[in-house]
Formats: sequence, structure tokens, C-alpha cells
Amino acid sequence: MEKGKGIMGSGRRWAVDFSDNSTAPSSRDIPDPPGFARASVDQDDSTVSRQKKDAESNWKAQKAWEVAQAPFKNLLMMGFMMWMAGNTVHLFSIGITFSALWQPISALQGVGKVFEPYKDNKVDLLGPKLLFIALNLGGLALGVWKLNTLGLLPIHASDWVSSLPPAQEVEYSGGGIPL
Amino acid sequence: MAIMSFIFVFFFFSSLQPILSLYEDQVGLMDWHQQYIGKVKQAVFHTHKTGRKRVVASTEQNIIATLDLRRGEIFWRHVLGPNDVVDGIDIALGKYVITLSSGGSILRAWNLPDGQMVWESSLHGPKHSKPLLLTRNLIIEKDNVLIVFSNGRLNAVSCIDGEVLWKKDFEEESLEVQQVIQPPGSGFIYVLGFAASSQFEMYKINAKNGELLKHESTAFSGRFTGEVSLVSSETVVALDSTGSILLTISFHNGKISSQQTPVSNLLEDSPGLAVIIHPSVTGIFAIKTDAATIFIRVIGEGKLEVVEKTNHETVVSDALSISEGQQAFALVQHAGSSIHLTVKPAHDWDSNLLKESIKMDQQRGFVHKVFINNYIRTDRSHGFRALIVMEDHSLLLLQQGAIVWSREDGLASIIDVTTSELPVEKAGVSVAKVELNLFEWLKGHVLKLKGTLMLATPEDIAAIQHMRLKSSEKSKMTRDHNGFRKLLIALTRAGKLFGLHTGDGRIVWSHLLQSLHKSESCRQPIVLNLYQWQVPHHHALDENPSVLVVGRCGPSSDALGVLSLVDSYTGKEFSSLSLVHSVAQVIPLPYTDSTEQRLHLLIDADKHAHLYPKTPEAIDSFQSEFSNVYWYSVDDDNGIIKGYALKTKCSSNVADEFCFDSRELWSIVLPSESEKIITTATRKLNEAVHTQAKLIADQDVMYKYISSNLLFVATVAPKASGEIGSVTPEESWLVVYLIDTVTGRVLHRMTHHGSQGPVQAVLSENWVVYHYFNLRAHRYEMSVIEIYDQSRADNKDVWKLVVGNHNLTSPVSSYSRAEVITKSQSYFFTHSLKAIAVTLTVKGITSKQLLIGTIGDQVLALDKRFLDPRRSVNPKQAEREEGIIPLTDSLPIIPQSYITHSLRVEGLQSIITVAAKLESTTLVFAHGLDLFFTHYAPSRTYDSLTEDFSYALLLITIVVLVAAIFVTWILSQRKELQDRWR
Repeated sequence: MEKGKGIMGSGRRWAVDFSDNSTAPSSRDIPDPPGFARASVDQDDSTVSRQKKDAESNWKAQKAWEVAQAPFKNLLMMGFMMWMAGNTVHLFSIGITFSALWQPISALQGVGKVFEPYKDNKVDLLGPKLLFIALNLGGLALGVWKLNTLGLLPIHASDWVSSLPPAQEVEYSGGGIPL
Repeated sequence: MAIMSFIFVFFFFSSLQPILSLYEDQVGLMDWHQQYIGKVKQAVFHTHKTGRKRVVASTEQNIIATLDLRRGEIFWRHVLGPNDVVDGIDIALGKYVITLSSGGSILRAWNLPDGQMVWESSLHGPKHSKPLLLTRNLIIEKDNVLIVFSNGRLNAVSCIDGEVLWKKDFEEESLEVQQVIQPPGSGFIYVLGFAASSQFEMYKINAKNGELLKHESTAFSGRFTGEVSLVSSETVVALDSTGSILLTISFHNGKISSQQTPVSNLLEDSPGLAVIIHPSVTGIFAIKTDAATIFIRVIGEGKLEVVEKTNHETVVSDALSISEGQQAFALVQHAGSSIHLTVKPAHDWDSNLLKESIKMDQQRGFVHKVFINNYIRTDRSHGFRALIVMEDHSLLLLQQGAIVWSREDGLASIIDVTTSELPVEKAGVSVAKVELNLFEWLKGHVLKLKGTLMLATPEDIAAIQHMRLKSSEKSKMTRDHNGFRKLLIALTRAGKLFGLHTGDGRIVWSHLLQSLHKSESCRQPIVLNLYQWQVPHHHALDENPSVLVVGRCGPSSDALGVLSLVDSYTGKEFSSLSLVHSVAQVIPLPYTDSTEQRLHLLIDADKHAHLYPKTPEAIDSFQSEFSNVYWYSVDDDNGIIKGYALKTKCSSNVADEFCFDSRELWSIVLPSESEKIITTATRKLNEAVHTQAKLIADQDVMYKYISSNLLFVATVAPKASGEIGSVTPEESWLVVYLIDTVTGRVLHRMTHHGSQGPVQAVLSENWVVYHYFNLRAHRYEMSVIEIYDQSRADNKDVWKLVVGNHNLTSPVSSYSRAEVITKSQSYFFTHSLKAIAVTLTVKGITSKQLLIGTIGDQVLALDKRFLDPRRSVNPKQAEREEGIIPLTDSLPIIPQSYITHSLRVEGLQSIITVAAKLESTTLVFAHGLDLFFTHYAPSRTYDSLTEDFSYALLLITIVVLVAAIFVTWILSQRKELQDRWR
């Protein structure tokens, strides 16, 4: 993910828009230089840029899928860590569980941002996005499941009555052995 | 990285071991211990020129102690058993303390310097009689001999090894021996007594071998009261049973001659019934009537002459021989706020050897006893020191007109204890006297830091320890944030109220209750109990808290009651009431009036209930709860438990709107041939319970049956109510009951076959723990019963609970007949018990521990988890996680969990627990003859830093960290700059 971003970023920084005003001859207000045949050059340029664009969008789509699949590796690692942490509540297992919960949530919040570099009107990002979301939801589910195995989910009656104060008594009685 | 830090923190926390015990240097930080000996009965001085001057005392609490005569500290002390009453003490050979105890059956010699027992001999005889101990320098064949008369037998016992040299029985059935006399320098002993109350008997015994030399008797027309007073080596004075005729009996040369003198001849006005008080001074004796004390001299052949008649309260000491043939005795008389000590020679009434007037604290009451001792001054004249025992049981040494030292030995017989908050620290009130200045504070912390960093020298360590022990913080007279500083208010048997500071155990105030003093209207006042009358908080903070002392005029249960209200801050009695009814029970109600005065219901012997305080406001608030107030009485003699409700206003006497009739609701009659009530236990009124649910393994829940109206009753077979081992297991059983005291419903009944009392029990939350003896196993056992409310058990729908759609917190009535289930389990326990209590915390969240007063007078803490009826031999994993300990047959005694550590609370009577404001901490006060106080945290102090936490180290760490952050920040800035220039 990091890598892809880097490549894309640098590619963009150095891209020169060759198809600047020249693509629209009607708007041109500077006369062509003498001996310049406009038509052939125009055609050449456009084919090159189209090819380039196609390659780029292909590459973007490929990268988007890669990025979308990235949480899967995370999922496996998380699973392994959870297994390592065991089922008792202590600092280590709680830390892992909460990071397992936090990572998918933060990833889901930034779905748009993650796929922004691959935004292109020719690239269909819906598929990768859905996969990405699904995998992260899977990660979240894993976290919740872990939370449950640790007994930290309040889904039992005991979780809701544990601090109920004793009921007040209506009657009061005192006494004992006479002094 | 994050995982690494998690692992690190995890290991750091798991490496912390739980410490429940104290370190050596923590002793005395939170706890204090005071030793007392009780009311002195007899005292003997030991003032030889060599060695330290000391006084040997025996007390009404069956203690033998030697005290330092200079400062009143205890050198050594022995507590004899409750049945081993000390009859007499003396010093023999200048190095042995001789004690006669247990009605004259046990004679012991103790080494005077260190209190080691040298020998013990048991003296038995044909019949019970008044024990008499005589130690004179009687020497038989180079052996120093003690003459002891006990159990109808005269014994001569060797001082060296306790061997009985000879004995002589006096088997005559009706003979009551009153005096054993050995005239100095003679080789015979006189045994004097009465036969059939009207015949005077005299036996002359050869001191060498116990041979009867002569027996004489003379009859007297009246009857004797029993007491005789020896006025010379061969004359005694006795009083007849009507108290009106004095008899002078002389037995010179074995011939008895007697002379009767009516008391009215000596005194013009009729004195009423007189009693002899015997100073045993040559030639003088005293009789005491209701109004006066009369000193009478015997002149010649039975002639009597009044030398002085005094209307003051007078106490006379025994005679003291100050030089060859010269005796002296002391008189102590009260005059206003001071006492007069007079020492007179025996032969000359009109001259005084010493006359001193000493200012005496009014709160000590009258002088009860005086013992004198003499010393030779540098100018070779006689000086006297007097040891006096006061009405409040305190002990004072007077010398040269001043009180040298005083001991508050009344605290050895505490009846009841309660606590009170200290005043709130107000702005403007200067406490600068105890406050340290900044420099000292800084110095202290630097020292502490040195200690933490192990840089301290031994002197520094000593200084740190001293600073910790003498911390002014703990002995301030204001309320503290954690609620550790309180006043312990102790009521003693002598009717004195003490306010003790929990910080260092000092006496803040002490007052002898005037309303419970002997007076015309109340001849024999008895203090009964202590209750919290007013505990102001919230809106009534400007009021002082106060306590209620309940007493009674006379020993019978229908004697009139006395109430006394005492301000807790000052100890002053601000109000007292002489009641027109008796007091059989005092029931503090859970209602207060607008000034936070607690309503109390006093039940008299006729089962009328009287409401106090008698204010219209109290009656108004009581009326609204009238139909919900019940009371019960346990008649342990007849085995009947009865419950009552209040009916109407008293019908019988004059209109009293604070008096209510009772209506009997229920009664439980135990079969008297098979069961006898020996113990009852109820929950503490002020106990806080955090939750009604108990979470068990697998997220399951059980609902506790929590009711303040629960009564635990233990009964044994009437045959088995005696000592352990007096019955066979087949004819002995123990039955325990849990009874709801509103409806009289027996919630649980259980029989322990082959078990026997005594039973000690404690009831808390929904469980009761009790201790008894198992005759079959020959071991002590402890059992636990937990009681759960089964009718709530189906409240398991999570959604209902989430929404709050349940009735778990709505008020419940005992008449709703909750379906209960009980669980119980028994375990062996090594010790026998003197007391049992449970820790008490302010919100009831902290787990509980039992505080067990062992037979060795120590307090042992035992986790309640050991007494959990759900323990099993192989608990499941989930149960283990819940904290269930695998079942063992006996309860462990962990030496580190003795909260009294190395100290002993001699004669331990009861353990009182009070909640501090800090949830984790309980204040524990154990009293008996000694007092012990400490803080105890059943689950360790999880909510505060420990006392020895080094704030300085924390501060330095923070400073170093901040400095490090700055330095690294600057360094990184510089590096970045260099990188950019590259």
C-alpha cells in the first residue's frame, strides 16, 4: 500500500500534460509555425496519450485490488496474535483485542482516502472498495469475537445486574437477647 | 513496537507479588497497642535498696503484674484464666512473688525480676473454705515456710520448692476459719473461726509440725457476720449479724474471754447497719456505716473508745511496719477537688507522720483502695508513697504531694465501643502547632529519597523511621480525607467514657458519667451499652456528634433505666434522663430527625416500647413508618423467640404519646429438653452491601438474599452446654437456624450431629460463618451458610435488564415469602476462638475477610473465599477463574496474616471493625485487657498510594524525563539542520 502510493505520487508529481491546449485546435489563437502539418502531429499525440492513459488506469485498477486485499494479511496476523494471547483477561490480550478492533474501524473510516490515488473515471473502484470493506468488517468481527471470548461483551444478564444495589426493605425489625 | 511495550508492561505488573503482611519497619505506622492490668485488688511493694523498685499487683481481672515504681510501666504480667481468681499475693524471700489462686487450690511462686514461674503446687482439702495466705519469716529447719489455709486444711509450704511440709485438716462441718495468726517470734499458729455462726473457735497449732496444741471455744448468743478484725496479736473484734453489737475476743494464753459492746454505746445517733473494715492495725479498727466511718481504739481488756468519726468518704490502708515495733497506716479522705492523704502511727492517733493534700481530677471519682510503702529520706526520717486505686479503676502513685504516675486501667474492662468523626478542619483554625514548616517537610522528603535510593546511613534510617512513626499527620484532631482519624469512644465497666484517638491511641478526653454515679435515686448503677445518638453529616454539620449511654439502677432487669447523652467532641454529658421505666432492649431505628438524631426504641420489661428522642418531630417521622417497625426478643433461658409489632398508644398510665403497646405476632418455642439457645448473631446495622447479585462461573448470576432482619440462632443439646468433652458425640448436637425476624419464618435449619458449643458466629451480607467443636472428629470446625433468593433467579433476560424493565430494586417485604436456597460447607479449623468479626468497608465493594480472635489472643485474618460453599475438590476452569479455591478439609492459617503481628491482645474480648472513608480500608479495634488498633486492607490498598510511596522520587523522575525530552528535541533539531545543509 505504502509503496503503491509512493510510485503513484511521484508519477503524478512529474507528469507533464502534453495534451494541453493543442488538443483543441478551435481554441488555438497562435498561428502554426510555417511548415508544420497539424493533423499528423495531433493524431500521433492523442494515440500516445491514450495508450499511456490505458496503461495507467490498468495499473491503477491492479493496485486498487492489491490495496483492497491488503487487510487479509492483517487479518491472518491478527488471528495468530489473538491465538497467542489466550483467553484470559490481562493487559496483553486486551491490548491485542483493542488494536484488532481499532485497526478495521480506522481503516473503514478512511476508505475514501485509501482509494483516492486510484480514482479514475475509467477505473471501477467499487469492487476493490467492497472487498476492502468486507475484509475489514471481517477483522472487526474477529475483534468482537475475541472480545466475547474474553468475556468483555455485556451480553449476559450478569453484566447488567452486577452492580444493582440490594432492594430496600419495607419492614424493620430489631431486638435480641434482653440486656 | 506497541506489542513490545504491552509485553513489557504485562511482565512488569505480573512480577508484583501480593504482600498481605507487614514489613518489620511498618510496625507501629498504622497500629498501636496498649497494655493494662485492670482494677488492682492487692498490691505489695518491693523496694529493696538494690535492684529496681517495683510493685506487685493482683487485679480483679486475674492478673499478676509487676510495675515499675518510677514510671508505672509493666515489667511483666501474667493473665490467669477466668476461673483462676487470685486470692492473695505476697513476696517471699525477697525474690519470689507468691500467689494463691482458684479459691486457694493453687499456690505459685514467680521469679520477681523476670516473672518466670518457679514452682506451682496444688492444695486440696476436705471442703471449700475462705483461702488465707500468710507469709511471715517463719523458719522451720532453715526452710522458709508459707502458711496457707485453704479448702479446710492448713498447709505449711516450703518457699524454695513448693513442697508441703505438713498439713492439718479442720474437718468440722460448720467451721468457718476467719483468721490465721502467727504471733511474731512464737513457734505456734492460731487458727480462729466460727462454728455454726455462733460459736467462736480457737485452735493453737505447733508451727513446726502442725500438731494441735490446744482447742478452745466459746458460744455467743447472737450470730456472727463473718468478718473479724485483728487488733492485736491476741485480740480480735467481730460484729454480730445485726450490725449493732461489737464483740471483743481475746485469747491470751489460750483462754478465751469476750466482751460485748453495743455500737449505740459508742455513738449517740443510731448508725444503722455497720460493717467492719479491717486495717489490721494494732489497737485500732474501723467500722463503716451508711453515713460515717468510725475509728475505734481498743484499750486494755476489751474496752472500746471512739477516736474519730468522719462523714467523708474515707479509705484506710493496711498497716505497714516502718521500724521495729512501730506500725503506720494511711487514710485517704476527699475534700472537694482534692484528696487528703494522712499517714498515722498506730499507737498514737493524734499525731501524723504525713499529711498531704493532692489535687485530684474530678473525673476519677472516689478513692477505692490505698496501699502505702515507706522509704528512708536522706535526713533519716520516714517518707511515704501511696498507691491509690480510684473509682474509675485507674491506678496512681502519690509521693511528696504529687502524682508521680497514673495508669488508666479502667480501659482493661471495656463494655462497648463506638466511633465518632473528628471535627472538620476549618479555615482560620490554626493547627500550626502540629504542622511542619516547609524546610522540615523538604528535609523529610530528601531523607526519604535517600532511603529509597539506598544512600542513607544507619542514622538516617533511624531518623526516617522515627519520622514515620511520629508523623503528626496521623494524630491531628481534625477529620482527614481518608477517614483514618476518628475517635474511638469506649465505655468501661466503671462507668467512665473514654475518647481515644485512632492515630496514636492517646486519650483525648475521659469523663466519669455523673448520671450513672451512685446517688440517692440510683443506688447501684450499672452501665449497659453505648449507641450512636447523633451522627451529623450533610445539613447538620454544625452540630456535634453525640453518643447515648444506657444504664440501669440495679442488677435486676426491671430496674429503672438511665440515659445519658454525651458530646463526642468534648466528652461532656449534655443531657441525662432518669427513666420511669426499665430498659430491656434498645433498638436503634433506621430513621433520623432533621438534626440527624437517630430515633431509638426502648423496650421495657412490660414490653412497652418507648420512643426517644421525645420530640414532636420524632413522633411525626415515626408515625409514617409505624406499621413497618417490629421487634423481637430472644429468651435464651426458656428457649423462646418472640416477635412483636407495635399496636397503639400505651393504655395503662398517663397519656404518653411516645409509649406504645406491643402485640405478639409470632413465637418460636424450641423444645427445652433437646435444645438450648447459646448464640445469636445479626447483621450490623451500618453494613453496606454493594450488590445483590453474585456472579458465578459462566456468566451466571445468583441473587443474594439480603435482609437486615435476619437472625442466626445456634442451639445445643442441654447436656452439651457444658465444657467440651463432657458429653459423648451421640448425645450432643448443634442446631442452627436462620430466622426472619419480621414474620418469624425459619428460612433454614440445619443440625450438626456430634457437635458442641461454644459457638462463635458472624452474619454479614447473605452469609453466616460459625465456629464450634466437632466431637466425632475431635477438632474445631467452621461452617458457612450462604442464602440466596431463588425467586429472583429468573431475571435473566438481558434486554429487560438493559432497558431497566425489572423489579430487582423495588422495595421488598418479608411477607412476600421469597423462595430461598442455602448452600453450606464445613471445614476443620485449628484454633479455638475468642471472637470473630468481619471486615467492613464504606461501600461494601472490597472483598471480605474474617477477623478471628484466636485463643492465643491474636487476631488472624482469613479470606472469606476459603469459606465459600461452592468450593469443590476439582473446580472447573471457569470456577478457578472466578476465584474458587480447591476444597481442602481444613482452613489454612497463614502466619503472615496475623494482623496483630507479634503482639498479643491479652484477654481478647471482641473485635470491632469500622469503615474508613477509603473503600479499601477497614479500621480494626480489638480490646480485652489490652487495646490494639490497626488499619487493614482486605484486598490491599488498591485505591491509594502506600504510606512509604516516595513522592520525591516520582518528582525527580518527571523532571528528568522532561529534561531528557528537551535535550533530545534540541539535538534532533540540530541534526535536522545539519542534514538540510548537506
